[in-house]
Amino acid sequence: MARKVKMRIWRGDSKSGGFKEVTVPANEGEVVLDVIHRVQATEMSDLAVRWNCKAGKCGSCSMEINGKPRLACMTRMNSFEEGETITVTPLRAFPVIRDLVTDVSFNYKKAMEVDAYEHPEELKPGQARMQQVDVERSQEFRKCIECFLCQDTCHVIRDHEENKKSFAGPRFFIRMAELDMHPLDKLRNRKRKAQEEHGLGMCNITKCCTEVCPEHIRITDNAIIPMKERVVDEKYDPIRWLGSKIRKREGL
Amino acid sequence: MTTSTSGSAVERYKYDVVVIGAGGAGLRAAVEAREAGLRVAIICKSLFGKAHTVMAEGGVAASMGNVNENDGWKVHFRDTMRGGKFLNNWRMAELHAKESPDRVWELETWGALFDRTKDGRISQRNFGGHEYPRLAHVGDRTGLELIRTMQQRIVALQQKDKKQYGDAEKYIKVFAELTITEILKDGGKVSGAFGYWRETGGEVAFEAPAVVLATGGIGKSFKITSNSWEGTGDGHALALKAGGSLIDMEFVQFHPTGMVWPPSVRGLLVTESVRGDGGVLTNSEGKRFMFNYIPEVFKDKYADNEAEADRWYTDQQNNRRPPELLPRDEVARAINSEIKAGRGSEHGGVYLDVSKRLPADVIRKKLPSMWHQFKELADVDITQTAMEVGPTCHYVMGGVHVDPDTAAAVGVPGLFAAGEVAGGMHGSNRLGGNSLSDLLVFGRRAGAGAAEYVKAMKKRPTVSDKAIKSAQDSLDAPFNRKSAKKSDSENPYTIHHELQELTQSLVGIIRTEKELKDALKKIDSLRARAAKAKAEGGRAFNPGFHLTFDLDNMLLVSECIALSALNSSGVTRWTHTR
Ligand SMILES: Cc1cc2nc3c(=O)[nH]c(=O)nc-3n(C[C@H](O)[C@H](O)[C@H](O)COP(=O)(O)OP(=O)(O)OC[C@H]3O[C@@H](n4cnc5c(N)ncnc54)[C@H](O)[C@@H]3O)c2cc1C
Ligand code: SF4
Ligand code: SF4
Ligand code: FES
Repeated sequence: MARKVKMRIWRGDSKSGGFKEVTVPANEGEVVLDVIHRVQATEMSDLAVRWNCKAGKCGSCSMEINGKPRLACMTRMNSFEEGETITVTPLRAFPVIRDLVTDVSFNYKKAMEVDAYEHPEELKPGQARMQQVDVERSQEFRKCIECFLCQDTCHVIRDHEENKKSFAGPRFFIRMAELDMHPLDKLRNRKRKAQEEHGLGMCNITKCCTEVCPEHIRITDNAIIPMKERVVDEKYDPIRWLGSKIRKREGL
Repeated sequence: MTTSTSGSAVERYKYDVVVIGAGGAGLRAAVEAREAGLRVAIICKSLFGKAHTVMAEGGVAASMGNVNENDGWKVHFRDTMRGGKFLNNWRMAELHAKESPDRVWELETWGALFDRTKDGRISQRNFGGHEYPRLAHVGDRTGLELIRTMQQRIVALQQKDKKQYGDAEKYIKVFAELTITEILKDGGKVSGAFGYWRETGGEVAFEAPAVVLATGGIGKSFKITSNSWEGTGDGHALALKAGGSLIDMEFVQFHPTGMVWPPSVRGLLVTESVRGDGGVLTNSEGKRFMFNYIPEVFKDKYADNEAEADRWYTDQQNNRRPPELLPRDEVARAINSEIKAGRGSEHGGVYLDVSKRLPADVIRKKLPSMWHQFKELADVDITQTAMEVGPTCHYVMGGVHVDPDTAAAVGVPGLFAAGEVAGGMHGSNRLGGNSLSDLLVFGRRAGAGAAEYVKAMKKRPTVSDKAIKSAQDSLDAPFNRKSAKKSDSENPYTIHHELQELTQSLVGIIRTEKELKDALKKIDSLRARAAKAKAEGGRAFNPGFHLTFDLDNMLLVSECIALSALNSSGVTRWTHTR
């Protein structure tokens, strides 16, 4: 059964913009993205919005819905009150391109700054042996769909353009943690680099990133905090450092 | 004469190889061409890392023999050929079966983390049509792992170039959110490609002697589909327009299990792993109906009674497999018949239940995204109740006719094709998991083929101003369309919608001659209307404008499917049932 919903959609570009209101039908079981598509097909054919999979798998449809960073394809219409106006705006932490589409190139630059995985040369293809429990820690972080909602919500950069230069953001802290916990990765100084080059120290563990992650990755508890703690260990405890090196090797 | 509505000059680039598509096939091709020392442009319609490959769930097929050591390339080859009703290009199937283990292991050397066996090797799971457990996987998000690994491999190569040459983009540059509208040619040979930035509408011309098509599938031509919006058959259309040929286009795979409820997610894939891990299919009478649908050729491999089928999960040596694991076309047709016979579920599907076989925590661990998907989109807890599922358009076996060893498109020097856009490898029906391995095996071969072609070339073809002008004019057309009356102008969204309805009902799982002829007529009239579809607004990130191009491609591809179906022998050739 279709009901009518009132949508307040931000429209504009890098220079100017404002809200446009439309009322469109919404059917049972629909998500915000369905309704935006209906607006596009019937009212505003040039309304800009990113999306791909409509299944919560690609991380393209990130936007702010009633002020909260969300995936439009995973936000169901029945999560709103009857008669509630739904406000959609582009991600605030990134520059607007047009309407709901923002320039997320910041994230691709940061990805380029994280040292890549290094495979031990002596291990030929097919020779690696790892236990499931040992890969699971990194696998949690590899669930990331790069929606960048965590980046958008993190207060260190949300309203502080000047911090962007020295702060990689939660998405890339989990990338560093993933490689740090990868049973085979050869690079030894990831935690220290996270601290010294990627701004891990600027994070004050508010956990906002964890709260918005659509993949339910425990960004703060499982990546950021362990890395912060172990940076301390690593800096002051050479024996512990040696231990972690041996642990990492035993999976080979 | 038209003037460009973009208002700025055409951007021009020169590369050795242009790869169109940043899914598994495109990225693997780019890595290979780069490692051969060439300069490569990677172009994609979405952001980097979002290509459709990201949606693949179940796994990648490779006969590593980690779980059952009897497996080997010959068995994989046989399964692939049998699944494709021996209509596959046998050489492609051979290369694929032989090389896929190396391609999977290679991913591990680039940092991929697959699920493990007890002895620490890459775990492999059962899938329809595969004799042994063969699919390397990461839960049910294998495509994400594959694309992320490839993406990070590209970044690793760029980091090296940065260190060595001070320029990360010296050898590989990614052009994201750029749509290619035309392959450019010079005297019969490929000379480059032309397209527009989605963000600004600005025009871009690439000059390159080799172009690799890795543009994926066509699913968006159908109403009920598991595909993302990118699946508009661009590469199929580009190849055809550039003088290439398409083969096997009547073979469109309908995956047996898509979601059917709620309507807004209709078609969304329910991975085959649900059945591989023990899910059973029942009808409204509670019967496991698949036992009634085992074809003669498969009788020696599939159990004809529940007791044996159930034993198979624990003892695979002495029992035949459950019929839920028959190849996809068989299961899709069976479900279709049950629904037509009035034994469907509440919302017009059948039931798929894994909750009775596995404990809740195991389901959440083995099928996390399925659990998530049903919970969040349908309010269904799959650890407690059955899912409702029905067939959904999933994959196109047909595609660009290529040389198996080099992936060179037949008839167009300089054009290469790999991945879903290429035809031949899967015959009339693709086995689950055989696409991800196909992307890697033939992506690599396309990259190598293109590199060899470029290196052997004496004089490079060039892009003329005339060629650019003509490409510009077609790009401008949707803005310049004038209609006498406002009521004559067409909305591209409406036409797309009508096309999807049409293909779904007339070119779907079961086809008749009359319906196909009818479909062709209707496609013609939609094309005439599409030619009047005017783009409203400006060039900058304008989805209505983008759709006018995608629509042309979908119309062409739908016509190819209907035509091939009509011209095929008229017997049931697996996925294509007439
Ligand atoms: C839900 C789902 C689950 C699946 N699960 C599995 C599985 O478990 N195992 C398996 O083997 N297979 C699976 N498949 C199939 C498999 O995922 C696809 O066949 C495969 O990913 C296609 O990869 P590709 O590299 O050919 O193209 P895609 O990944 O589709 O990428 C196409 C690329 O081309 C670009 N492109 C297209 N047109 C243009 C243009 N005009 N200009 C510029 N760029 C363009 C796109 O932007 C994109 O980057 C699944 C498919 C779906 C839909
Ligand atoms: S926990 Fe740290 S990274 Fe996450 S949002 Fe808070 S400050 Fe940002
Ligand atoms: S960590 Fe979560 S919120 Fe952040 S980009 Fe990845 S999936 Fe999105
Ligand atoms: S469209 Fe892919 S996550 Fe929403």
